[in-house]
Amino acid sequence: MKDVKLVAAFAENKPGQVARFTKILASANINIRWLTVASTGPFGVMKFLVSDPKAACQALKHEGFVTKLVDALAIEVPDKPGGLHAVADCLASRNINLDNASGFIVNNRAIMVVEVSDYGLARGILQKQGFRVLAQKELPL
Amino acid sequence: MFRDQAIETLDRAALERLQLKRLQETVRRVAAHVPFYRQKFAELGVKPEDIRSLADLRRLPFTTSADLRANYPTGLLAVPLDDTLRLHTSSGTTGKPKALFFSRQDVDNAAELCARSFVMTGITQKDVFQNMMTYGMFTGALVTHYGAEKVGCLVIPAGPGNSERQLMLMQDFRTTFIHLTPSYGLYLATFLEKHGVDPRRDLALRKAFVGAEPYTEETRRKIEEGLGVDVYNSYGLSEMNGPGIAFECEQKHGMHLWEDHFLIEVIDPQTREPVRDGEAGELVMTTLSRAAMPLLRYRTRDITSILTTLCACGRTHRRLNRIAGRSDDMLIVRGVNIYPQQIERVLMAQSGVGRNYQIALEGLDEMTVKVELAEAGFEGQVEQLVKLQNHLAEKLRTEILVKPQVQLLPPGSLPVSEGKATRVIDKRKL
Repeated sequence: MKDVKLVAAFAENKPGQVARFTKILASANINIRWLTVASTGPFGVMKFLVSDPKAACQALKHEGFVTKLVDALAIEVPDKPGGLHAVADCLASRNINLDNASGFIVNNRAIMVVEVSDYGLARGILQKQGFRVLAQKELPL
Repeated sequence: MFRDQAIETLDRAALERLQLKRLQETVRRVAAHVPFYRQKFAELGVKPEDIRSLADLRRLPFTTSADLRANYPTGLLAVPLDDTLRLHTSSGTTGKPKALFFSRQDVDNAAELCARSFVMTGITQKDVFQNMMTYGMFTGALVTHYGAEKVGCLVIPAGPGNSERQLMLMQDFRTTFIHLTPSYGLYLATFLEKHGVDPRRDLALRKAFVGAEPYTEETRRKIEEGLGVDVYNSYGLSEMNGPGIAFECEQKHGMHLWEDHFLIEVIDPQTREPVRDGEAGELVMTTLSRAAMPLLRYRTRDITSILTTLCACGRTHRRLNRIAGRSDDMLIVRGVNIYPQQIERVLMAQSGVGRNYQIALEGLDEMTVKVELAEAGFEGQVEQLVKLQNHLAEKLRTEILVKPQVQLLPPGSLPVSEGKATRVIDKRKL
């Protein structure tokens, strides 16, 4: 399995919720690299990119939270103008829908994390175009 | 298995002769000793000698829970207070409770009917009974306690709640059957799962008697699955002994009501006329053997129907269908009559949501059904959760004809009930 795993967690949409999760992950000694929050009305879903997704899931489950590991692509993007566009354009050309896309920079490397509609197809096209799609253990975490 | 095969399989004609004899005796006694009934008889122009057949039952007055409260504490006693042995109360939501007295014979009869019910499901003296009902003024625990003792079981009077201790007792004393409310049954199943206990592997549990709150077939299945037991439905109300007055046999198809001790009618609650055989209506019960506090035509508020076909087990005592609801629990939302059990049925049939739920009524008839999301219902995407909510709201609309809001909550957000659950929070400003 080459894809990166995100930890998705169900939460109420109210103040203090992110802190409840981060506290649990901190005490489980798990490093959080990236976090998104998607909410609608009274609830939402948080997604974490962490050093150890399985351990993070276990730690949250243990505290009674509903969690799920979901797939994502981590793509190394050239850190220059038009770098991100090249990735987006490449996926758009094959009609692949992007979801929950964002990025971060670590050790001067730009990493884009994205959920897509078709992982096999997306990975193939990106690699063909010369982009590096990172596996979990290749992530600079 | 039978505890008293002769009486349990007595042919209907003989059973009805016995009922008539006991009814006549009961009517004579209340006319002689209970001023409340004497006055009612006078108002209706009926005398004890007018009761010549069971059909004459309809000439007798109804008794309501309001009558019980009005005659609180001792107004309905048919024996001197010295001849009573035990007091139970039935809680009311407002005001005074209903006081219910039992003589030595009444206590013994109530236990005997429970024993009959237990044996009917295959319980023997080798069984170990952990009673998770509330002890105290409530009839739920004490009556089954004495019933199980009559069978000769080891009885563990655990009471409800404190699930860690329940588990320890079940493990250490190899409990084989339990008695509990459906809401606690669901909670206990979740508790075992959370603590990695597989009841089939780690416990000796075989049966659970579930009652004191109405519940659905789906809830029965969830408890059976979660606790690894056969669940038997039981019906009772404190005004009529409490538990053990109607119980499922091994066929698990309707609850045999012990007709040598009770006369049953099903009426339309509005017109107070009997419904046709097999139709649903309010259950009305008359005690036939009660010494301390006989009650005539007591209106239970419970909605059910009588199964008229013969049961394969050979018992002649007729069966009640599962209680569809208590007419007191009925909600009226936007002019529609709704029983919480209808909502429960939909939720229990839906995978991906938990076992606990709450119905909140707010503002001007706004209804929100709150339910906890379960692991299986989460795919990690907000869109999918919105879909699940909408799907549930639509399913509920088909069942109750009103479309509620559905609110998904993280597990453990709803108050946990270890006794009787509070399912409905009504804060409407109507």
